Amino acid sequence: MVKKKRGGIGKIKGFAIQFLPFAEISNLDSTGRIKKILGIVLSNNILILQGRLKPEEETRLIGDTMAMIGHVKGFKGIELAVISGNGNNQGGFFGKIRQNLANSLVKGDLGAVTIIGPATIVKDIKKNPKKIELFLNQ
Amino acid sequence: MVIKIFKNFFKKVFSKIFKGKKDVRLGFYGPPNSGKTSLANRICKDFTGEEMGSISKVPHETRNVQFKEKVEIDYKGKKITFKMIDTPGIATKIDYEDFLKYKVKKKEAKSRAKEATQGIIESIKWLDDMDLVVIVLDATKNPYNQVNITIIGNLVARKIPVLIVANKIDLRKSSIKQIEAAFPEYDVVGISAKHGKNIEEFYESVFKLSKNI
Repeated sequence: MVKKKRGGIGKIKGFAIQFLPFAEISNLDSTGRIKKILGIVLSNNILILQGRLKPEEETRLIGDTMAMIGHVKGFKGIELAVISGNGNNQGGFFGKIRQNLANSLVKGDLGAVTIIGPATIVKDIKKNPKKIELFLNQ
Repeated sequence: MVIKIFKNFFKKVFSKIFKGKKDVRLGFYGPPNSGKTSLANRICKDFTGEEMGSISKVPHETRNVQFKEKVEIDYKGKKITFKMIDTPGIATKIDYEDFLKYKVKKKEAKSRAKEATQGIIESIKWLDDMDLVVIVLDATKNPYNQVNITIIGNLVARKIPVLIVANKIDLRKSSIKQIEAAFPEYDVVGISAKHGKNIEEFYESVFKLSKNI
Protein backbone atom coordinates (compact mmCIF):
# COMPACT_ATOMS: atom_id res chain seq x y z
CA MET A 1 0.00 0.00 0.00
CA VAL A 2 1.20 3.47 -0.84
CA LYS A 3 1.47 5.80 2.12
CA LYS A 4 -0.90 8.71 2.06
CA LYS A 5 -0.11 12.31 2.73
CA ARG A 6 -3.11 14.57 2.84
CA GLY A 7 -2.99 17.58 0.59
CA GLY A 8 -5.26 19.72 -1.58
CA ILE A 9 -7.09 17.61 -4.09
CA GLY A 10 -5.70 19.68 -6.95
CA LYS A 11 -2.08 18.79 -6.14
CA ILE A 12 -1.08 15.20 -5.67
CA LYS A 13 1.06 14.82 -2.60
CA GLY A 14 0.22 11.19 -2.08
CA PHE A 15 -2.61 8.76 -2.11
CA ALA A 16 -3.78 5.53 -0.58
CA ILE A 17 -5.42 2.48 -2.01
CA GLN A 18 -8.42 1.60 0.06
CA PHE A 19 -10.21 -1.74 -0.09
CA LEU A 20 -13.91 -1.69 0.75
CA PRO A 21 -15.68 -4.99 1.37
CA PHE A 22 -19.19 -5.05 -0.08
CA ALA A 23 -20.57 -5.78 3.40
CA GLU A 24 -19.69 -2.15 4.28
CA ILE A 25 -22.24 -0.81 1.79
CA SER A 26 -24.68 -3.69 1.38
CA ASN A 27 -27.11 -2.27 3.92
CA LEU A 28 -26.93 1.29 2.63
CA ASP A 29 -29.42 2.74 0.14
CA SER A 30 -28.18 4.15 -3.19
CA THR A 31 -27.68 7.65 -1.76
CA GLY A 32 -25.66 6.26 1.15
CA ARG A 33 -23.50 4.07 -1.11
CA ILE A 34 -22.63 6.93 -3.45
CA LYS A 35 -21.99 9.31 -0.57
CA LYS A 36 -19.60 6.80 1.01
CA ILE A 37 -17.76 6.12 -2.28
CA LEU A 38 -17.38 9.80 -3.17
CA GLY A 39 -16.24 10.56 0.36
CA ILE A 40 -13.39 8.05 -0.01
CA VAL A 41 -12.44 9.28 -3.49
CA LEU A 42 -12.50 12.94 -2.45
CA SER A 43 -9.97 12.12 0.27
CA ASN A 44 -7.42 11.24 -2.45
CA ASN A 45 -7.96 7.51 -2.22
CA ILE A 46 -8.15 4.94 -4.96
CA LEU A 47 -11.04 2.74 -3.97
CA ILE A 48 -11.15 -0.97 -4.68
CA LEU A 49 -14.69 -2.08 -3.99
CA GLN A 50 -15.60 -5.70 -3.66
CA GLY A 51 -18.58 -6.24 -5.97
CA ARG A 52 -20.22 -3.64 -8.15
CA LEU A 53 -22.97 -1.06 -7.96
CA LYS A 54 -26.31 -1.45 -9.74
CA PRO A 55 -26.38 0.11 -13.24
CA GLU A 56 -28.62 2.95 -12.03
CA GLU A 57 -26.22 3.58 -9.13
CA GLU A 58 -23.28 3.74 -11.54
CA THR A 59 -25.04 6.45 -13.58
CA ARG A 60 -25.99 8.25 -10.40
CA LEU A 61 -22.35 8.14 -9.34
CA ILE A 62 -21.40 9.75 -12.65
CA GLY A 63 -24.17 12.36 -12.28
CA ASP A 64 -23.19 13.22 -8.69
CA THR A 65 -19.53 13.39 -9.75
CA MET A 66 -20.44 15.92 -12.45
CA ALA A 67 -22.43 17.97 -9.93
CA MET A 68 -19.39 18.08 -7.63
CA ILE A 69 -16.88 19.17 -10.27
CA GLY A 70 -17.94 22.79 -10.11
CA HIS A 71 -18.35 22.81 -6.36
CA VAL A 72 -15.30 21.02 -4.91
CA LYS A 73 -12.07 22.91 -5.53
CA GLY A 74 -9.63 21.03 -7.72
CA PHE A 75 -11.95 18.07 -8.27
CA LYS A 76 -12.00 17.02 -11.92
CA GLY A 77 -14.01 13.84 -11.76
CA ILE A 78 -13.27 10.16 -11.42
CA GLU A 79 -11.89 7.21 -13.31
CA LEU A 80 -14.05 4.14 -13.04
CA ALA A 81 -13.70 0.51 -14.10
CA VAL A 82 -15.51 -2.68 -13.23
CA ILE A 83 -13.92 -6.09 -13.62
CA SER A 84 -16.71 -8.57 -13.77
CA GLY A 85 -16.41 -12.30 -13.43
CA ASN A 86 -19.71 -12.84 -15.27
CA GLY A 87 -17.96 -13.99 -18.41
CA ASN A 88 -16.70 -17.18 -16.80
CA ASN A 89 -19.47 -19.73 -16.84
CA GLN A 90 -17.74 -21.97 -14.36
CA GLY A 91 -20.12 -24.33 -12.67
CA GLY A 92 -22.57 -24.33 -15.59
CA PHE A 93 -26.29 -23.89 -15.03
CA PHE A 94 -26.31 -24.81 -11.34
CA GLY A 95 -23.22 -22.70 -10.77
CA LYS A 96 -25.09 -19.74 -12.22
CA ILE A 97 -28.10 -20.37 -9.97
CA ARG A 98 -25.80 -20.65 -6.95
CA GLN A 99 -24.08 -17.40 -7.93
CA ASN A 100 -27.40 -15.59 -8.44
CA LEU A 101 -28.65 -16.84 -5.09
CA ALA A 102 -25.46 -15.69 -3.36
CA ASN A 103 -25.69 -12.31 -5.11
CA SER A 104 -29.30 -11.79 -4.06
CA LEU A 105 -28.46 -12.69 -0.46
CA VAL A 106 -25.73 -10.07 -0.26
CA LYS A 107 -27.67 -7.61 -2.50
CA GLY A 108 -24.81 -7.25 -4.97
CA ASP A 109 -22.53 -8.92 -7.52
CA LEU A 110 -19.64 -10.27 -5.48
CA GLY A 111 -17.93 -11.76 -8.52
CA ALA A 112 -16.92 -8.27 -9.61
CA VAL A 113 -14.40 -5.69 -8.47
CA THR A 114 -14.91 -1.95 -8.94
CA ILE A 115 -12.01 0.48 -9.10
CA ILE A 116 -12.73 4.17 -8.58
CA GLY A 117 -10.10 6.86 -8.31
CA PRO A 118 -9.99 10.65 -8.47
CA ALA A 119 -9.06 11.91 -11.96
CA THR A 120 -6.34 14.08 -10.40
CA ILE A 121 -4.51 10.88 -9.38
CA VAL A 122 -5.72 8.27 -11.85
CA LYS A 123 -5.01 9.40 -15.39
CA ASP A 124 -6.62 6.47 -17.14
CA ILE A 125 -7.82 2.93 -16.59
CA LYS A 126 -7.24 0.84 -19.69
CA LYS A 127 -9.19 -2.33 -19.86
CA ASN A 128 -9.42 -5.22 -22.25
CA PRO A 129 -10.52 -8.84 -21.75
CA LYS A 130 -6.98 -9.90 -20.79
CA LYS A 131 -5.83 -7.16 -18.46
CA ILE A 132 -6.61 -3.95 -16.66
CA GLU A 133 -4.02 -1.17 -16.34
CA LEU A 134 -4.11 1.77 -14.01
CA PHE A 135 -2.17 4.84 -15.19
CA LEU A 136 -1.39 7.46 -12.59
CA ASN A 137 -0.70 11.16 -13.07
CA GLN A 138 2.86 12.15 -12.36
CA MET B 1 -61.23 2.53 -4.92
CA VAL B 2 -63.60 1.38 -7.72
CA ILE B 3 -63.14 4.72 -9.51
CA LYS B 4 -59.36 4.29 -9.31
CA ILE B 5 -59.56 0.79 -10.84
CA PHE B 6 -61.74 2.10 -13.70
CA LYS B 7 -59.40 5.05 -14.22
CA ASN B 8 -56.36 2.77 -14.47
CA PHE B 9 -58.21 0.37 -16.79
CA PHE B 10 -59.18 3.13 -19.25
CA LYS B 11 -55.73 4.65 -19.03
CA LYS B 12 -54.19 1.30 -19.99
CA VAL B 13 -56.66 0.65 -22.82
CA PHE B 14 -56.31 4.13 -24.34
CA SER B 15 -52.53 4.21 -24.02
CA LYS B 16 -52.39 0.88 -25.91
CA ILE B 17 -54.71 2.18 -28.65
CA PHE B 18 -52.74 5.37 -29.18
CA LYS B 19 -49.27 3.93 -28.58
CA GLY B 20 -48.84 3.05 -32.24
CA LYS B 21 -49.48 6.65 -33.25
CA LYS B 22 -46.81 8.18 -31.01
CA ASP B 23 -43.48 9.13 -32.51
CA VAL B 24 -40.63 6.81 -31.55
CA ARG B 25 -38.18 8.57 -29.24
CA LEU B 26 -34.79 7.71 -30.69
CA GLY B 27 -31.85 8.65 -28.47
CA PHE B 28 -28.20 8.97 -29.42
CA TYR B 29 -25.84 8.13 -26.58
CA GLY B 30 -22.13 7.52 -26.27
CA PRO B 31 -18.82 8.99 -25.17
CA PRO B 32 -17.73 12.49 -26.31
CA ASN B 33 -16.52 12.86 -29.90
CA SER B 34 -17.84 9.50 -31.07
CA GLY B 35 -20.01 11.10 -33.76
CA LYS B 36 -23.49 11.19 -32.23
CA THR B 37 -24.34 14.56 -33.72
CA SER B 38 -22.75 13.63 -37.06
CA LEU B 39 -25.04 10.61 -37.28
CA ALA B 40 -28.09 12.59 -36.15
CA ASN B 41 -27.22 15.25 -38.75
CA ARG B 42 -26.87 12.60 -41.46
CA ILE B 43 -30.35 11.19 -40.69
CA CYS B 44 -31.95 14.64 -40.47
CA LYS B 45 -30.32 15.75 -43.72
CA ASP B 46 -31.45 12.58 -45.48
CA PHE B 47 -35.08 12.96 -44.42
CA THR B 48 -35.73 16.61 -43.54
CA GLY B 49 -32.98 18.43 -45.43
CA GLU B 50 -31.85 20.18 -42.24
CA GLU B 51 -29.04 19.47 -39.79
CA MET B 52 -29.57 18.96 -36.08
CA GLY B 53 -26.52 20.42 -34.37
CA SER B 54 -23.00 21.71 -34.80
CA ILE B 55 -20.00 19.39 -34.83
CA SER B 56 -16.40 20.03 -33.84
CA LYS B 57 -13.10 18.32 -33.11
CA VAL B 58 -13.22 19.84 -29.63
CA PRO B 59 -14.84 17.36 -27.24
CA HIS B 60 -18.20 18.24 -25.63
CA GLU B 61 -19.39 20.34 -28.56
CA THR B 62 -22.94 19.18 -27.76
CA ARG B 63 -23.60 20.40 -24.24
CA ASN B 64 -27.40 20.41 -24.25
CA VAL B 65 -29.86 17.70 -25.17
CA GLN B 66 -31.09 18.54 -28.68
CA PHE B 67 -34.35 17.51 -30.28
CA LYS B 68 -35.73 17.13 -33.75
CA GLU B 69 -39.43 16.37 -33.92
CA LYS B 70 -41.27 14.51 -36.67
CA VAL B 71 -38.38 12.95 -38.56
CA GLU B 72 -40.09 10.49 -40.89
CA ILE B 73 -37.65 7.83 -42.00
CA ASP B 74 -38.63 6.03 -45.16
CA TYR B 75 -36.92 2.67 -45.63
CA LYS B 76 -37.94 0.31 -48.44
CA GLY B 77 -41.45 1.79 -48.58
CA LYS B 78 -42.01 1.56 -44.80
CA LYS B 79 -42.24 4.74 -42.76
CA ILE B 80 -41.66 5.44 -39.09
CA THR B 81 -41.79 8.88 -37.50
CA PHE B 82 -39.12 9.53 -34.90
CA LYS B 83 -38.48 12.20 -32.32
CA MET B 84 -34.70 12.35 -32.42
CA ILE B 85 -32.83 13.15 -29.21
CA ASP B 86 -29.12 13.91 -29.50
CA THR B 87 -27.42 13.88 -26.10
CA PRO B 88 -24.12 15.32 -24.81
CA GLY B 89 -21.32 12.73 -24.57
CA ILE B 90 -21.13 11.03 -21.19
CA ALA B 91 -17.78 11.10 -19.36
CA THR B 92 -16.64 10.55 -15.78
CA LYS B 93 -14.24 13.50 -15.72
CA ILE B 94 -14.11 17.02 -17.12
CA ASP B 95 -11.01 19.17 -16.98
CA TYR B 96 -11.14 22.62 -18.53
CA GLU B 97 -7.40 22.35 -19.27
CA ASP B 98 -8.17 19.62 -21.82
CA PHE B 99 -9.95 22.23 -23.96
CA LEU B 100 -6.88 24.51 -23.96
CA LYS B 101 -5.13 21.95 -26.20
CA TYR B 102 -7.65 22.88 -28.89
CA LYS B 103 -6.68 26.55 -28.64
CA VAL B 104 -9.82 27.44 -26.70
CA LYS B 105 -9.29 30.48 -24.45
CA LYS B 106 -9.12 29.85 -20.69
CA LYS B 107 -12.37 31.67 -19.88
CA GLU B 108 -14.24 29.88 -22.65
CA ALA B 109 -12.69 26.54 -21.63
CA LYS B 110 -13.92 27.00 -18.05
CA SER B 111 -17.43 27.82 -19.17
CA ARG B 112 -17.37 24.92 -21.66
CA ALA B 113 -16.35 22.56 -18.84
CA LYS B 114 -19.17 23.81 -16.63
CA GLU B 115 -21.74 23.41 -19.40
CA ALA B 116 -20.37 19.95 -20.22
CA THR B 117 -20.90 18.70 -16.65
CA GLN B 118 -24.48 19.96 -16.73
CA GLY B 119 -24.98 18.34 -20.13
CA ILE B 120 -23.88 14.96 -18.79
CA ILE B 121 -26.35 15.23 -15.90
CA GLU B 122 -29.09 16.08 -18.44
CA SER B 123 -28.11 13.10 -20.67
CA ILE B 124 -28.41 10.72 -17.73
CA LYS B 125 -31.84 12.12 -16.79
CA TRP B 126 -33.11 11.48 -20.33
CA LEU B 127 -32.22 7.76 -20.19
CA ASP B 128 -35.66 7.06 -18.71
CA ASP B 129 -37.54 8.64 -21.58
CA MET B 130 -36.23 6.77 -24.61
CA ASP B 131 -38.01 4.18 -26.74
CA LEU B 132 -34.92 3.13 -28.64
CA VAL B 133 -31.28 4.05 -28.15
CA VAL B 134 -28.40 4.12 -30.58
CA ILE B 135 -25.05 3.86 -28.80
CA VAL B 136 -22.51 5.58 -31.01
CA LEU B 137 -18.94 4.39 -30.44
CA ASP B 138 -15.73 5.52 -32.09
CA ALA B 139 -14.46 2.38 -33.85
CA THR B 140 -10.87 3.61 -33.58
CA LYS B 141 -10.99 3.56 -29.78
CA ASN B 142 -10.98 0.89 -27.09
CA PRO B 143 -14.64 -0.07 -26.53
CA TYR B 144 -14.03 -1.49 -23.02
CA ASN B 145 -14.73 1.88 -21.49
CA GLN B 146 -16.79 1.71 -18.31
CA VAL B 147 -19.08 4.54 -19.45
CA ASN B 148 -20.19 2.47 -22.48
CA ILE B 149 -20.86 -0.55 -20.27
CA THR B 150 -22.71 1.56 -17.70
CA ILE B 151 -25.00 3.19 -20.29
CA ILE B 152 -25.83 -0.16 -21.89
CA GLY B 153 -26.41 -1.72 -18.44
CA ASN B 154 -28.89 1.04 -17.64
CA LEU B 155 -30.77 0.58 -20.90
CA VAL B 156 -30.98 -3.17 -20.36
CA ALA B 157 -32.30 -2.61 -16.83
CA ARG B 158 -34.97 -0.30 -18.30
CA LYS B 159 -35.75 -2.80 -21.10
CA ILE B 160 -34.98 -0.21 -23.79
CA PRO B 161 -33.82 -1.69 -27.14
CA VAL B 162 -30.19 -0.89 -27.98
CA LEU B 163 -28.37 -0.66 -31.28
CA ILE B 164 -24.60 -0.24 -31.21
CA VAL B 165 -23.03 1.78 -33.98
CA ALA B 166 -19.31 1.47 -34.70
CA ASN B 167 -18.68 4.88 -36.25
CA LYS B 168 -15.66 6.18 -38.20
CA ILE B 169 -15.11 2.94 -40.15
CA ASP B 170 -13.60 5.06 -42.92
CA LEU B 171 -10.51 5.49 -40.71
CA ARG B 172 -7.68 2.98 -41.05
CA LYS B 173 -7.38 2.41 -37.30
CA SER B 174 -11.03 1.42 -36.94
CA SER B 175 -12.10 -2.07 -35.89
CA ILE B 176 -15.72 -3.22 -35.92
CA LYS B 177 -14.58 -6.64 -34.71
CA GLN B 178 -13.24 -5.18 -31.49
CA ILE B 179 -16.63 -3.59 -30.76
CA GLU B 180 -18.47 -6.80 -31.66
CA ALA B 181 -16.17 -8.73 -29.33
CA ALA B 182 -16.83 -6.26 -26.49
CA PHE B 183 -20.63 -6.41 -26.91
CA PRO B 184 -21.42 -9.88 -28.31
CA GLU B 185 -25.08 -9.77 -27.22
CA TYR B 186 -25.93 -6.74 -29.35
CA ASP B 187 -26.34 -5.84 -33.01
CA VAL B 188 -23.35 -3.80 -34.13
CA VAL B 189 -23.52 -1.78 -37.33
CA GLY B 190 -20.32 -0.28 -38.73
CA ILE B 191 -20.83 3.08 -40.42
CA SER B 192 -19.17 6.33 -41.32
CA ALA B 193 -21.61 9.07 -40.36
CA LYS B 194 -19.33 11.65 -41.96
CA HIS B 195 -19.30 9.97 -45.38
CA GLY B 196 -22.63 8.13 -45.20
CA LYS B 197 -20.94 4.76 -45.59
CA ASN B 198 -23.19 1.77 -44.75
CA ILE B 199 -26.02 4.05 -43.64
CA GLU B 200 -28.65 1.82 -45.33
CA GLU B 201 -27.69 -1.05 -43.04
CA PHE B 202 -28.08 1.32 -40.11
CA TYR B 203 -31.65 2.23 -41.17
CA GLU B 204 -32.49 -1.45 -41.59
CA SER B 205 -31.31 -2.20 -38.03
CA VAL B 206 -33.26 0.76 -36.62
CA PHE B 207 -36.44 -0.46 -38.35
CA LYS B 208 -35.87 -4.00 -37.10
CA LEU B 209 -35.50 -2.78 -33.50
CA SER B 210 -38.48 -0.39 -33.80
CA LYS B 211 -40.74 -3.41 -34.29
CA ASN B 212 -39.97 -4.49 -30.71
CA ILE B 213 -41.21 -1.25 -29.16
